[in-house]
Amino acid sequence: MALPPLTLLWVVPALPLAGFVVNGALALVAPGAKRAVSLVGVGVLVLAFAAAALAVLELAQLHAAAPLVVQYWDWLPVGELQVAVALQLDQLSAVMILVVTGVGALIHLFSVGYMHDDPGYARYFAYLNLFVFFMLMLVLGASFPVMFVGWEGVGLCSYLLIGFWFTEKINADAGKKAFIVNRIGDFGFLVAMMLIFWHTGSLDFATVFPKAATAFATGGPVVTAITLFLFLGCTGKSAQIPLYIWLPDAMQGPTPVSALIHAATMVTAGVYLVARCGALFALAPVGSATVAGVGALTALFAATIALKQWDIKRVLAYSTVSQLGYMFLGVGTGAYAAGIFHLTTHAFFKALLFLGSGSVIHAMHRAYHATHAHDDAQDMRNMGGLARHMPWTATLMWIATLAIAGIPPLAGFFSKDEILGAAFARGAAQPAWFVFWGMGLAAALLTAFYMTRLMLYTFHGPNRTGDREREQLHEAPPLMTAPLVVLGVLTLLGGALNIPLLFGGGARLEHWLAPVTDVAVAPAAEASPATERALVVSAVLVAVLGLVAALRLLKPETLVPARLAPPERGLGRLLWNKWYVDELYDAIVVRPVMWLSRKVLWKVVDVRVVDGLLVNGTAAASRAVGWVGSRLQTGEVGVYVVLFVVGVIAVVGAVVR
Amino acid sequence: MLLEPALTVSGVLFALGVLGVLLRRNAIVIFMCVELMLNAANLAFVAFAQQLGVAGQIFVFFVMAVAAAEAAVGLAIILAVYRHRRTVDLQNINLLKG
Repeated sequence: MALPPLTLLWVVPALPLAGFVVNGALALVAPGAKRAVSLVGVGVLVLAFAAAALAVLELAQLHAAAPLVVQYWDWLPVGELQVAVALQLDQLSAVMILVVTGVGALIHLFSVGYMHDDPGYARYFAYLNLFVFFMLMLVLGASFPVMFVGWEGVGLCSYLLIGFWFTEKINADAGKKAFIVNRIGDFGFLVAMMLIFWHTGSLDFATVFPKAATAFATGGPVVTAITLFLFLGCTGKSAQIPLYIWLPDAMQGPTPVSALIHAATMVTAGVYLVARCGALFALAPVGSATVAGVGALTALFAATIALKQWDIKRVLAYSTVSQLGYMFLGVGTGAYAAGIFHLTTHAFFKALLFLGSGSVIHAMHRAYHATHAHDDAQDMRNMGGLARHMPWTATLMWIATLAIAGIPPLAGFFSKDEILGAAFARGAAQPAWFVFWGMGLAAALLTAFYMTRLMLYTFHGPNRTGDREREQLHEAPPLMTAPLVVLGVLTLLGGALNIPLLFGGGARLEHWLAPVTDVAVAPAAEASPATERALVVSAVLVAVLGLVAALRLLKPETLVPARLAPPERGLGRLLWNKWYVDELYDAIVVRPVMWLSRKVLWKVVDVRVVDGLLVNGTAAASRAVGWVGSRLQTGEVGVYVVLFVVGVIAVVGAVVR
Repeated sequence: MLLEPALTVSGVLFALGVLGVLLRRNAIVIFMCVELMLNAANLAFVAFAQQLGVAGQIFVFFVMAVAAAEAAVGLAIILAVYRHRRTVDLQNINLLKG
């Protein structure tokens, strides 16, 4: 049987979809069938990973220079707009599907332990499988509309999973916030899509990108608008300034969800989109500079907020926002390989950090549950000294911390260093990039500091959980630590994917991605080896400085449990309140919109115009016409006869003439 | 042949029927005036049939049949109204109005 290459690519997304159908049915019919649910939920992910690996192997053997597009059926044949349901696999998609299914499988496995006692177990796995399906559609779609389906789908699953425990209002509100903020970004994506169709007459990647260079003038207003609108979509989905505000609130969802959707995969969709549309961004210097600038600013801004958060997951959330900023700095600079490399390593170590925090929260929650205490299981002020109780989690999270801080030779060091190096090299041509580089470096310092702070307060110093609770603190079961160990190994060795030439490596990921990224960018100016070496040394020094400063300055001994803690003062209060950005948005966006809706749209437009004029007005008008007509109905037969005769004479007269 | 006198008689009969319907108040009389109009139409049909073929004569039979049916229904209604109201004066029968 000789099928054309990769015809069976549909199997990869179809497996999680099948898992969603089965688990969804189980959630409705037999929510208690936990064994079947775990088997299906985790099984489809493992199989999908295997299928993805086979597909990528086939791709590697083909040495394809162009993406392999597999068309399945016509979806929107409307005049000139011809959209087929088509998947495509190229080197970029290959990296993404491996990350999505691989990290996804580990997180599914972790969820089996983490969610085991939850009554919504089957529903949880149904949503999680559905998410993976949409995410795979997003990265495998061969045209903007197919990608958009995935884009919206992951947003939906994100909403469903943030509000998974929807009986508490705060969770439901967080879900709604994520959904609404993402709508703003999706509006940008849609506008960009229409502009692209308007100017190139197609929405397929395979048609649009080769045409881009001729259809758009370099730096022209159209391509700049397209890239800026696309980036607006990215700021929503990937939590960048100004739309990052939903991601920290998204931590209301179960922790494995935070790890999968809000750290490793969905939020990196924006980075993927920019890398995918590299051909367009290369034509729009303003667009690229915006991407890089916003990325650098977000990296620094979110890192400052992370300094003063007490909720362990919120620290990680702001850290994610900050690291996503790095990725955008990378892809905005044109260093697509570096951005995607950081995306991959970040998926490893951030998933590890989130799952580790999940295992901490799990232990804390069980301890409080056993003693019927009602303290916050996520507040670091209630933790401390957990390394004695959970040695595995502590060790693995330390590895991830060193990786995110950029300590060699862990994964994060190589990827972060590449991004900063590329930004610095671009600075020779455009000095703005020196500023971006400086912001990135400052963010690296803060990253090392806040991550060390998190580890110090959580795992070291005296324990503040409470005397009775302390005896209940235990390491998570092996089912939960096993994925952590795998992620830990990946974090340790992930850097080997792309060791730069400077360290005698082969920059393998960069070569692998070359067919995708080469069409996208003019070759960036390379810094001299001496400069590169100086950059690496400075980055490492900064990371070590952050680490040591945190170890020296912070005193976990002086902390008190959350319910006894005094309020913050000064700058700390400002950071603890997240620069009051939520309050600012509330004042300039939410309240005016509410006011407009309530006082104008409701009281005037709806009540007066729609209800008053249109609905009741129509009724009143027809009643008035009816009243006029009813005056003829006198009940006197004589009058009817007169009218009748006059009518007949009129008709006959008209016909005869 | 005799067309003009026949149509004149038909027109006069019809006008008498209309005037009767317009001016009289008694339901029975009005009813009879309606019959008068029908017969005026019949006369015109028969007169025209002389020149235009038998269709007119055939139509007259239909009109008579319908008139007979109408007479039955109409008289029954008038009778029912009379039983109810003890009068057939249309000035007093005006409940159905807008």
